[in-house]
Amino acid sequence: METGWLLPDLEQEVSAEFWHGCGRGELLVQACAGCGNWRMPPRPMCPACRSTEIRWDVTSGRGRIWSYVVPHPPLLPAYAEIAPYNAIIVELEEDPMIRFAGNLVTSADGAINAIDPATIQIGEPVQVVFTQIEEVSLPRWVRA
Amino acid sequence: MEGLVSTNLIKGRTAVVGIGQTALGKGIEDSELSLACQAVSAALDDAGIAPAEVDGLASFTMENDREVDLARNVGLGDITFLSQVGYGGGAGCGVTGHAAMAVATGQCEVAVAWRARKRASKGSRPWAQTAGRISNNWMWTRPFGIIRPVDEIAILTRRYMHEYGGTRNHLANVAIAFRKHANRNPVATMGHKTLSREEYMNARWISEPLCLFDNCLETDGALAVVITTAERARNAKHPPAYIHSYAQGLPPQHQPMTNYFTDDPLRGPAWTAAKRLWANSDVGPADVKVAQLYDAFSPLIPLSLEGYGFCGRGEGGPFTDDGNIEWPNGRLPVNTSGGGMSEAYVHGFNLVLEGVRQIRGTSTSQVEGADVSLVTSGEGVPTSAILFTKEA
Repeated sequence: METGWLLPDLEQEVSAEFWHGCGRGELLVQACAGCGNWRMPPRPMCPACRSTEIRWDVTSGRGRIWSYVVPHPPLLPAYAEIAPYNAIIVELEEDPMIRFAGNLVTSADGAINAIDPATIQIGEPVQVVFTQIEEVSLPRWVRA
Repeated sequence: MEGLVSTNLIKGRTAVVGIGQTALGKGIEDSELSLACQAVSAALDDAGIAPAEVDGLASFTMENDREVDLARNVGLGDITFLSQVGYGGGAGCGVTGHAAMAVATGQCEVAVAWRARKRASKGSRPWAQTAGRISNNWMWTRPFGIIRPVDEIAILTRRYMHEYGGTRNHLANVAIAFRKHANRNPVATMGHKTLSREEYMNARWISEPLCLFDNCLETDGALAVVITTAERARNAKHPPAYIHSYAQGLPPQHQPMTNYFTDDPLRGPAWTAAKRLWANSDVGPADVKVAQLYDAFSPLIPLSLEGYGFCGRGEGGPFTDDGNIEWPNGRLPVNTSGGGMSEAYVHGFNLVLEGVRQIRGTSTSQVEGADVSLVTSGEGVPTSAILFTKEA
């Protein structure tokens, strides 16, 4: 069923492993197999050592809110229906330079408009959860 | 400036000698191509240069009108230089600068740069046309509802407010200053609509913390500039606006619009462009009398004020206090035609023409003694900037 959500292509060579990890309930980060440097978003070459050898590390899935936004219409129909909702950027606990976009929810099945935006604070700790939409497992975040 | 060797290969060798534009507004019926041709034609007439003399063209990669179509309609001659610059609003000073470089290096003698845009045209709102699965870097933000440019910039704005204590009052300063300037400009879309602080504070949200008045307009229209050598410019119909310095800017690890994945996301492309712009210049920020700063969104003004060195990190918000960016008495009058937020939004190309008018002395909010005029393009994407001067 088409939900009208904008969803990732799960089979792009550079990013497929990340989404497969989400499907298994793991938040992965791409690492250079040469020098160990973490990078996000994933890409073919390590900007630190130019190696093209890649490995995927499992992260703690814990982080802090780096920033957030509360979109209102006009929006694409699927998003307009639930606006205003929140979207957040999370910095990873192990490495604050590794950041992920997501949404703050009360549980994996919670709506992205359920939390009062006035209560969201930059710096608050969050934990990843995975929400299934169509065949995609999307990383979202609950308060830790 | 630190780290960069200064060159004078561009400085004062070329000038804008013609500017032209169509009506700017909503619901204009002419095709984009017709608008492009009308703007270029007007700019050539303004310069007093015949179409057959044009031998260089520079345009946005997002431009729908091809050089071949422009050339066949306007009746251009043998073209020996063609160039395009990418990244939408980042390209305005870029195309102008490419044209200037081509003239300075003898690849052509009369170059035209232009931008035509219609809101309803294919490609004018890329975010609204996403279909199927996302296969590029937008997959890291759009599935979470960070969809429109305003959402992407609002995230940086919230972080900026958190780190530096910027406020909505600062953003209101920007919107109100530009509206005041537009109120003096008869061709500005918001020429007859005033904006009070109360109206700003009560406006509907578009993407918190940004409200309606933090956003640029949506405009149909076209604008063009004609650039030639300093030698020819001396005999031009209008006072030449010499291109003193020009730079593009792509910082390390930058990701356009969603620059959340770098060590310092609030240090954007402006900082990179500024390094080269000032290194190749005889003047510095303190010498700039008037600035046209790219304003798709109000928070880009404090970020640009910081990036181009008018104040320190985090001081861009307070810089806008006390009428400091307002004509005529502000320390640095900014966007004196009303800018993208109150005159017209044509991917920032109207800012280039206003920068030229300030040097000519023909702005509707003319800054006294404007001998150094800065124009910048989109902050948040690979950008560009240009310094116009009255003397070569």
